[in-house]
Amino acid sequence: MEMKPLTRLLLGLVCLLVAIWLVAPTLVVVPMSFNENKSLAFPPQGFSWQWYQNFATSPEWSASFLNSLKVASVVAVLATVLGTLAAFGLDRMKAGPAGLLRMLMLTPMVVPGVVLAIGIYAVYLDTHLVGTMLGFVLAHTILALPFVLIAVSASLEVFDRRLETAAASLGAGALTAFRTVTLPLILPGILSGLLFAFATSFDEIVVSLFITNPYLKTLPVQIFSSITRDADPTVAAVGTILLLATTLLIGGGMLLLGRERKGRQ
Amino acid sequence: MKPAQESKGAAIDLESISKAYGGFKALDGVSLRIEPGEFMTLLGPSGSGKTTTLNVVAGFTDVTSGKLLVGGRNVVGVPAHKRNIGVVFQHYALFTHMSVGRNVAYPLTLRGVDQAERKARVARALDMVKMGDFAHRYPSELSGGQQQRVALARAIVFDPPLLLMDEPLGALDKKLREWLQLEIKRIHRELGTTFVYVTHDQEEALVLSDRIAVFNRGRIEQVGTGRELYDEPATLFVGRFIGDSTVLRGEVRSDGASTALTIAGETVTAPRRIAGETSPVMLLRPEKLAIRRPGQDAAGTTNRLPGTIAEAIYLGSGSKYEVRLDDGSTAIVRSPLTGDSFGLGDKVELCFDGADAKLLAEDSSADATLT
Repeated sequence: MEMKPLTRLLLGLVCLLVAIWLVAPTLVVVPMSFNENKSLAFPPQGFSWQWYQNFATSPEWSASFLNSLKVASVVAVLATVLGTLAAFGLDRMKAGPAGLLRMLMLTPMVVPGVVLAIGIYAVYLDTHLVGTMLGFVLAHTILALPFVLIAVSASLEVFDRRLETAAASLGAGALTAFRTVTLPLILPGILSGLLFAFATSFDEIVVSLFITNPYLKTLPVQIFSSITRDADPTVAAVGTILLLATTLLIGGGMLLLGRERKGRQ
Repeated sequence: MKPAQESKGAAIDLESISKAYGGFKALDGVSLRIEPGEFMTLLGPSGSGKTTTLNVVAGFTDVTSGKLLVGGRNVVGVPAHKRNIGVVFQHYALFTHMSVGRNVAYPLTLRGVDQAERKARVARALDMVKMGDFAHRYPSELSGGQQQRVALARAIVFDPPLLLMDEPLGALDKKLREWLQLEIKRIHRELGTTFVYVTHDQEEALVLSDRIAVFNRGRIEQVGTGRELYDEPATLFVGRFIGDSTVLRGEVRSDGASTALTIAGETVTAPRRIAGETSPVMLLRPEKLAIRRPGQDAAGTTNRLPGTIAEAIYLGSGSKYEVRLDDGSTAIVRSPLTGDSFGLGDKVELCFDGADAKLLAEDSSADATLT
């Protein structure tokens, strides 16, 4: 249906407003990171790179950044492998028990983070996992798994299983058929699951606050403790870097996917 | 590479194969021998067991009991990917993430065929289905008919001794279907491979097949050439499923040599009888029935039945009439253009030679299955 010019204009304006409302709080961080004074005041005064420099040189900041990177990378791989296997298994199971199992595996998304954190903390105290890399990886994997499960399940939903039958008729055993036919076709789902898993772990704060200790902090924990201690604009610098990184990552991914889809049409 | 004689087509022996799903018998003792290089069609309505039979041969479905020999070897329990049988599906089943060329090369790659030979064989297979120029395209860029031809190339490129096709033209429109039927026939001739073809379309079966196996309720009713099935149906179901037919039912009187049927007061006779207790019906093909105006001289015909024209269809090459008989049943008559033409509601008489009537055992399922 053709829209009237006025309608189109109004619609555009509303969309712009919503977009600004959604993005503005994030964008406020960018100018603040260039503040000359050690304050988080907005609008900022002067211009300096010192907070970026601080982020790069301060051992506290770089250590926590590396920790987050390490934990998130391991979690992304672990959650993707487990989540993909789970999605595959559930897809091929009988409907009744599969539904129940799926619900069970999605509970970390539904259960309030604090409740989960208390539970995990209690268990970790007994098993001496507080403040350990393994502890972070395990806890974050629980939280990231549902995202992978959902993304891969959605891909499997549209995957035509008869292609596996066709592959078998052409001489492919079950594993070969999975590797050469199923996997490439559900790969977009797996990759988006991987991305979600990485992001989930990388910016997880609630559970992390419980299981952290002074010797092992992730980046969100470091940001939180820094901002509660003093108004350090390094936080804004970190925020800006993360904003840029995620924008590039997501944007690049969408561009890649778009080109691939175009190539196939 | 396989030895040359193996690519010439394998014999298939199904020996009393049964397949049960819980209490439901999808296949109930199916036995069938398919000769090497033969084009065999499994024909039947949906749910009759023809696709199950194909899946059993392909290895997609295991059997409850029975033996299945492909090229003399019992393959029951052998998984599908080790059977070396080509399969063409109704839904094409092309791998959408691979180009046409890679789709066709897929079975060769799995068999470790080296690149130079792979390339040559892919080109040859694509040429055979007239898709040689499309190797670099993706399946989503092709029409349904083109996709099915690629799927066919992929199923024959590894020289399987047996090719199975499960309603491969079912999703295509009529014109394309008819053209591809002739293509499939040509490819069968050129390859010399055994073809087993599943369809519910009896015309398609007649066009393509050396022989046809007619399935009904998990059993084979009859196996024969198209002509045998049309001229000498073994059961009422086969007679009704292949071609048009008129079935006459009435009060039966049978003496030693002939059978008489009384239908709404008129009696017709056939110079034969069938054995057993079952009450026979008469089956007549449309071209064996003649249509006359009442009282018109009809020398030479022994049997006459009055009726009313219920439908008149002009076919170009002639006319087809549906005639309502006085007992309420419908007869189908095909008459050449040269004959009289009749209009709706005309009172007519049907005449036929008793020798042309097939006497078959009554089978109430024959009507039910077709509707």
